[in-house]
Amino acid sequence: MGKTIVQKILSAHTKDEVKEGNIIWLNIDVRSARDFGGPNVVKHYREHYGAEKVDDPKKTFFTFDLVAPAKTIKYAINQSICRKFAREQGIKVYDVGSGIGTHVLMEHGHILPGNTAVGTDSHYNIVGAIGAFGQGMGDVDITFVFKTGKTWFEVPKTVKIKIKGKFEYPTTAKDLTLYILKHIKTDFALGRSIEFYGESVENLPLFGRITLLSMVTEMGGIIGYIPFTENTIEEVKKFTGASDFNVFYADQDAAYEKEIEIDVDGLESQVAAPPHPHNVYPAKDLKDVKVNMIYIGSCTNGREEDIESAWRILKGKKIKEGIVLSITPATRRAYRNLMEKGILQDLFDMGAIITNPSCAGCAEGHPGMTGEGEVSLNTSNRNFPGKQGKGKTYLVSPEVAAASAITGRITDPREVL
Amino acid sequence: MMNIKGRIFILQDKNGNLIKDIDTDQIYHNMYLHITDIKEMGTYCLGNLEGYENYSLVAKKNDIIISGRNFGAGSSRQHAVDCFRSLGTGCIIAPSFGAIFKRNAINSGFCILECPKIAEYIKEGKISHGEICELDFENGIIKKENGEELFCIPPSKVQLDILKAGGLFEYGKRK
Repeated sequence: MGKTIVQKILSAHTKDEVKEGNIIWLNIDVRSARDFGGPNVVKHYREHYGAEKVDDPKKTFFTFDLVAPAKTIKYAINQSICRKFAREQGIKVYDVGSGIGTHVLMEHGHILPGNTAVGTDSHYNIVGAIGAFGQGMGDVDITFVFKTGKTWFEVPKTVKIKIKGKFEYPTTAKDLTLYILKHIKTDFALGRSIEFYGESVENLPLFGRITLLSMVTEMGGIIGYIPFTENTIEEVKKFTGASDFNVFYADQDAAYEKEIEIDVDGLESQVAAPPHPHNVYPAKDLKDVKVNMIYIGSCTNGREEDIESAWRILKGKKIKEGIVLSITPATRRAYRNLMEKGILQDLFDMGAIITNPSCAGCAEGHPGMTGEGEVSLNTSNRNFPGKQGKGKTYLVSPEVAAASAITGRITDPREVL
Repeated sequence: MMNIKGRIFILQDKNGNLIKDIDTDQIYHNMYLHITDIKEMGTYCLGNLEGYENYSLVAKKNDIIISGRNFGAGSSRQHAVDCFRSLGTGCIIAPSFGAIFKRNAINSGFCILECPKIAEYIKEGKISHGEICELDFENGIIKKENGEELFCIPPSKVQLDILKAGGLFEYGKRK
């Protein structure tokens, strides 16, 4: 019988039989820890392995992307614990200011198509966008992988989602993602690998694939894949700086546990209202919701193209008085490119806050908290109660974020175009 | 060895339904992620779950917590498991768990049990909040004081192997 994409990648990294439900020992190409989880990894490591060397320092990284730079002494101490360990072990640190770990590791060509990669970030499966296998793991797992280069893994079942129909700008990958979430919630894909098919997803550029596949986590999934097109291959080459990598496609006779079809023809802008990412409505139905803070960035929507798209809507218009608009490019490269194009200066002149690359508001970082009764729009991936402050968080596309910054309420971008 | 005797503690909403999709920020909020000492983590356990903010004050050792589906959705933080270990929680039972939470629990030898029928058992009055039960973890059976038995899915082999070894690090050394 044929294999699905996840089965092919796992098969290339284990001696065990890759069969759904089997426990396999998986060789891990890239392992990383962040400033959350990282200090605990170091603590476990010293306790269980003492001064022994890590399996392979060249494949091991720290990426500080959460509270970056440290805003309290406790976070500063935690980061210093990781830096010290890294120096002792010869591990590379992508320090505060580098950007979001998964993005940085892809951009620098550490994680490539066909690789396996794990780290203390639940959105590590974002690397599915470049055809790699990634998995967020806790500090026990990551410590173990630092030392051994492998861990156990249960081979997941694969489900198929077929996307039917087409949509047009200003509807983008984020709206598609939220609309899929609305349909499948966490029920359809919990603990599964997802393969997405259909013209609308297969035509997504790399940054759109990153958006959709980052939110497989919110679908309860293990990892998601969209088959590469010729264009994807070229984009991934440019993105990672590598030209030699393995791209896996599913076999024609691969077995899927189940499949559904979702019709997105003529899809309009979507918004996820609190308290769940799958609590999704058309943006135009929420037009009476007044907004206080707007945040554009995160692993889901922090690419150069995301911010450029928001800028295109904002250009020549004014940010509504009283709205706090914060913008955080995902990485230094995205930041620099936006700076060179003059986009950051434009946004700055409009009154936006531009922060250094990081996960920013997602994890109680610098720009993103709300007070009681306040409403924030966020291009990130989670709107769980209390995660980003006492107020309410709505998840939106960069386009809806920009349009709403102009009007001061949730706005379908077509209203301001 | 694998029997846990404790109080049933049911996480339900205002309408008496099991709360589903409880995420790791509700279990252990990201504002306490700087903590690295497990002893300190218990205080914040369920601290952001509406109605259960004071759980750490009423928690008892060996509590058998029952939740709705997809318990532990969200982030990769080990803290979401460790805060229960910190309080001496016996086991968490739910129809399903978030994938990363599940791994984290298994790797640190913390007992979690999948029980697709648990909502039914509660609805039928077969198990209620506050009663003392004995859990035969290895076989996935909740044993009530009146002798009645309720069945869950027994833990997987890898889960039991890691638990018996005393966690992933010890298990890994034998591999």
